[in-house]
Amino acid sequence: MTSATLTAPLAPARRLGVGAGLRHTLTLAWRSLVQIKHNPMELLDLSIQPVMFVLLFTYVFGGAISGSPGDYLKFALPGIIVQNAFFATMTTGFGLNNDLTKGVFDRLRALPIARWSPLAGRILADTVKQAWSVALLIGVGMILGFRLGNGPLGLLGAFALLLAFSLAAAWISVLVGVLVSEPDKVQIFGFMVIFPLTFTSNAFVPTETMPGWLQSWVEVNPVTVLADALRGLLVDGPVAGPVVQSLIWAAAIAVIFAPLAVRGLRRRV
Amino acid sequence: MDYAIRAEGLVRRFGATTALAGVDLAVPTGTVFGLLGPNGAGKTTAVRVLATLLRADEGRATVGGYDVVRDAHQVRQLIGLTGQYASVDETLTGTENLLLIGRLLGLSRADSRARAGQLLTDFQLTDAGDRAAKTYSGGMRRRLDLAASLVGRPQVLFLDEPTTGLDPRSRNELWDIVRSLVADGVTVLLTTQYLEEADQLAGEIAVVDHGRVIAQGTPEELKAKTGGQSLAVRPADVVDLPTVVSIVGAVAGVAPEVAQNTVTVPVNDQRVMPAVVRRLDEAGIVVAELALRGSSLDEVFLSLTGHRAEDDPAAANLEGSVA
Repeated sequence: MTSATLTAPLAPARRLGVGAGLRHTLTLAWRSLVQIKHNPMELLDLSIQPVMFVLLFTYVFGGAISGSPGDYLKFALPGIIVQNAFFATMTTGFGLNNDLTKGVFDRLRALPIARWSPLAGRILADTVKQAWSVALLIGVGMILGFRLGNGPLGLLGAFALLLAFSLAAAWISVLVGVLVSEPDKVQIFGFMVIFPLTFTSNAFVPTETMPGWLQSWVEVNPVTVLADALRGLLVDGPVAGPVVQSLIWAAAIAVIFAPLAVRGLRRRV
Repeated sequence: MDYAIRAEGLVRRFGATTALAGVDLAVPTGTVFGLLGPNGAGKTTAVRVLATLLRADEGRATVGGYDVVRDAHQVRQLIGLTGQYASVDETLTGTENLLLIGRLLGLSRADSRARAGQLLTDFQLTDAGDRAAKTYSGGMRRRLDLAASLVGRPQVLFLDEPTTGLDPRSRNELWDIVRSLVADGVTVLLTTQYLEEADQLAGEIAVVDHGRVIAQGTPEELKAKTGGQSLAVRPADVVDLPTVVSIVGAVAGVAPEVAQNTVTVPVNDQRVMPAVVRRLDEAGIVVAELALRGSSLDEVFLSLTGHRAEDDPAAANLEGSVA
């Protein structure tokens, strides 16, 4: 581009192409990721917390629940991955709320960029962060003795399923992000909802050990369904059933929460 | 005349609150137009409507001839926005913030970098370019905000309370930047609750209160409109101050104000001044200063709105709940 074209054109373009929107999305995703460079705490959040969970659960609960840390890891690592994924989706709402309250969102909206790119860029960046922590979890698990039962294909399938589910769950996070008044409240919501949600599943403990009334919830809990799908893909056991159920959950979440989130965002700004 | 910004009958309600109650504006191209009013007057809402961030419930507006609703995308290519509610990303460095905007505006990597470097130099931020914006002082932060809105060389710039909370030196620096932008042909819409700021920068001012434009004109016209002049007398010797107060008060028929050894009284009658001079002379008082002044914008504001600027806590709360 020459310096002459740097000045604002006399006749501004009428509309944007999809290609331009994708380019804006990539630029805004870069923005969310380059933040990590200046805020190393975020990288610690993404890395240390999941690793700590694997170590604590494996060595503290492993013996009591499965008889040995090694057997427990096989059962619990997919569950820990799911729990981590649920917590990770909250970063979308946290970041969005931060942009809304600090005025960054308004600055972006006053630019001639695709209307959907600020949200898409953020979700793309969060997906990259999500993939990083999943890779880290599996890596640490393998150092501790976790073995892939279905090879690279199973691993690929697990990644794809998790990311698809996270994209759907991100809409819940977006909705929370536009509804609450400050970023910290997104985190409070995360703890208050995601902790009980992930613990009333078979992510960490087999369903049979729980009381009957709880079992009926645990069996339909999306965390259980997704954890079972990951066990099938990464270790062994049924794949098709839990994968289909996970996708149904993802679709249901997206259908309900995407319109609510978009409506909430329109009302907020 | 060629207008960069036109608005007709803008109305915007937030629940039971009416933030804009029918605002008309016409800003000639290449000028600074001041929207002056207290917190909660509707200034920010007006800017948000004109900058395509918010839709008005009624009325219409154009920027650079483009409708802010129908042609929002074109409007966004012409404008820059800096203000309380449009801000840089604090976690990025100054350079990264400017690069981000350049890339979003479609500049190549190299051009974005060149533009960012140039703006950092212009705004004396080069040394801070590689530091996260959250480490910046208030003045640096505002300069970066302004630089970010200039990356695309906007023809129309919205400055929403650009100097609120700045120290006098940073404020003067920012004013100089605005003046040089206008010299380059940029049209500026400035909102402020500082009367001095509007007086310093704006060629034309609209006084806004409770969502309406209650007066409009050049700073001089506004001052003249309220008619009042004031007579100021400062005795050479402070011991004469009580005598001066009684003389001025007696002639003007109003109790004068005293500040910094200067006695001030509003006057509407041209005969007051010669009468005061005569009485002071008879009393043998030497004066260091004796002047007839046009009223300040502060007084204009008070007479127009019935309250002083910057002291409307109820309205401030209202705006807080709206935002």
